[in-house]
Amino acid sequence: MFNTTENSFRGDTKYVASEALLSTVNIAMTLEKPLLIKGEPGTGKTMLADAIAHSLGKPLIIWNIKSTTKAQDGLYVYDVVQRLYDSQFGTHGVDDIASYIKLGKLGEAFTSEEQVVLLIDEIDKADLEFPNDLLWELDQMEFSIPETKETIRAKHRPIVIITSNAEKELPDAFLRRCIFHYIDFPDRQQMEDTIRVHFDRLDDQLLAQAMETFYMIRKIRGIDKKPSTSELIDWIRALSVSGVDPADIKAAIPFAGVLLKKDKDLQILDKTVR
Amino acid sequence: MFLNFFYGLRENGLDVSVSEWMTLMEGLEKGLHRSSFSGFYQLSRAIVVKRESEFDKFDLAFAKTFKDVPFEGPVPDEVMEWLSHPKEDLRADLEELMRRTGGHAGSFEELLRKMEETLRQQDGEHNGGSRWVGTQGTTGYGNSGWYPNGIRIGGESMHRTAMSVATERKYRDFRTDKTLDTRQYQMAFRKLRNFSTQDPSAEKVLDIDGTIEDTGNNAGRLKLRYKNPRKNAVKLLLLMDSGGSMDWYSQVCSMLFSAATKSNYFKELHTYYFHNCIYTNLYETPELYGRSSVPTEWVLNNYGSEYKVIIVGDAAMNPHELVERRYDWRNRSYDELTGLDWLYRFIEHYPYMIWLNPEPYPEYVTYWSRTHLQLAQIFRMYDLSVDGLDKGIKALMNR
Repeated sequence: MFNTTENSFRGDTKYVASEALLSTVNIAMTLEKPLLIKGEPGTGKTMLADAIAHSLGKPLIIWNIKSTTKAQDGLYVYDVVQRLYDSQFGTHGVDDIASYIKLGKLGEAFTSEEQVVLLIDEIDKADLEFPNDLLWELDQMEFSIPETKETIRAKHRPIVIITSNAEKELPDAFLRRCIFHYIDFPDRQQMEDTIRVHFDRLDDQLLAQAMETFYMIRKIRGIDKKPSTSELIDWIRALSVSGVDPADIKAAIPFAGVLLKKDKDLQILDKTVR
Repeated sequence: MFLNFFYGLRENGLDVSVSEWMTLMEGLEKGLHRSSFSGFYQLSRAIVVKRESEFDKFDLAFAKTFKDVPFEGPVPDEVMEWLSHPKEDLRADLEELMRRTGGHAGSFEELLRKMEETLRQQDGEHNGGSRWVGTQGTTGYGNSGWYPNGIRIGGESMHRTAMSVATERKYRDFRTDKTLDTRQYQMAFRKLRNFSTQDPSAEKVLDIDGTIEDTGNNAGRLKLRYKNPRKNAVKLLLLMDSGGSMDWYSQVCSMLFSAATKSNYFKELHTYYFHNCIYTNLYETPELYGRSSVPTEWVLNNYGSEYKVIIVGDAAMNPHELVERRYDWRNRSYDELTGLDWLYRFIEHYPYMIWLNPEPYPEYVTYWSRTHLQLAQIFRMYDLSVDGLDKGIKALMNR
């Protein structure tokens, strides 16, 4: 039973959100404050930004934060080293500083001609000071580039969505400026709705058995990394593509490696189930 | 202005600032509460609460402040049922409804009000009948014009009143100020990650002297040299009170810290146990077997002052245990040092040391709390909760 129509996650993504989440998004947009979304990994935080941009018909700018990201990177980067190298060879245009200034994601969002949705993804990965460094720019929606004596002011205030995995604490001064929402782990009905959205045709029995097994695994003591929504979706895809008989799912738990990513967890599952 | 609510929140431990409150007022002015009590609950929660660990405090404050507010009866249950499984093509129905009621795009609030009215007047479902009720009305977005195309409202029951949500206390386990338990284990674990051995700026750093030298050697053409900064590694010595009520806590702590070590948050971890107070011997297992005993002297000599020490215990003991020399019946002699002497030796030897206590700071001086109070004077003592762990480890790292 091969189902090849479901590789598209962009474009027509239909997102299932709770009512509280929708109202919080609206609150953030109306009050023009950044929206901070926290939740367990795999609960669809990044996809939310995508869905919002899509439903509003606005372009989405994604700034993926790494542990080495600095606030300055989001504003602009002045490539000094390149300029130095170029000057040694007498390349034309070295005196034009502006050509060595490259705008970061925040700069892009500000200079855009239309309003954009700016997603700052996984902000807690960076340094503790990182969110504080952005406070002024987020408040005033402008920053200056001393090298070219320009001030970049936002033409249209971008809709800022910030996601956090709650791995590190965020500083208070930053939190005060945000509207906060915590995405709870979906309950069974929500989970079912979410899954159905990702698949055109799904065997009811397969879904029921898979969900039961999924929640059973989540309850097992000793599992380090509990499987979450995205893993469940991948697993159901694997099951439906491979044509496994639904009756076997609970007993044999095929493709357990899609749900549990750690050796230790797989061993515990083995011991508990088989 | 809801000042009662404002102060109620602050009393419950939520640090609400005036500017956040003004934002809430602005939100109310703009109608973001959708003229409903649950809307107000959601609006105030989104603005005032910034961490999921504070949801419970908010719920408590909310329930307390508003418990006497009468609210309109909620829409009856079976209608809720039906509303969660509306007809297939929502969009078409919605457009149809818009046309019929002559409402302009974005009059969801009116829709919501109409719906509640309609429901109160009727019993039974009217699926496809002349008075169709829409579910999209619950989003109520006024004139900002957000139509949830491609976004479906999730399956949870939609019209739960604010009071039922607040009194449910769904987020009780997220609190960080309760004594450490397996439920807060995950959170405590993540806290420890903050203080992991990785120096956050462990990227390469420009070695200026090296660069100058290389550039000189390269006939003046720029050549950059980088170097790796040194990382410091945290070595931890954990001393835990075992026996009696401390068993449970020492188990949790032991699990917590050894899991942290396995995840490389600390370079080294050594755990020893004692009973009530530190004496001549420490033990490698919580059962305090004689065989697994280790002379405390050896511990002091073997683990240098660069080790960070955490003592976990309730500090509640017979006051004599601290100040009297114990009689060692095996050797028929008195120990040289008293419990307090040993503790002072630890304090001298280890500048980085804290004490974590599962018992709250005693309010009165009683026979059993005397030692707690006394030890709290000489050690840096913190609560054994996620918050206490946070403060304690910050103190440990910064001296």
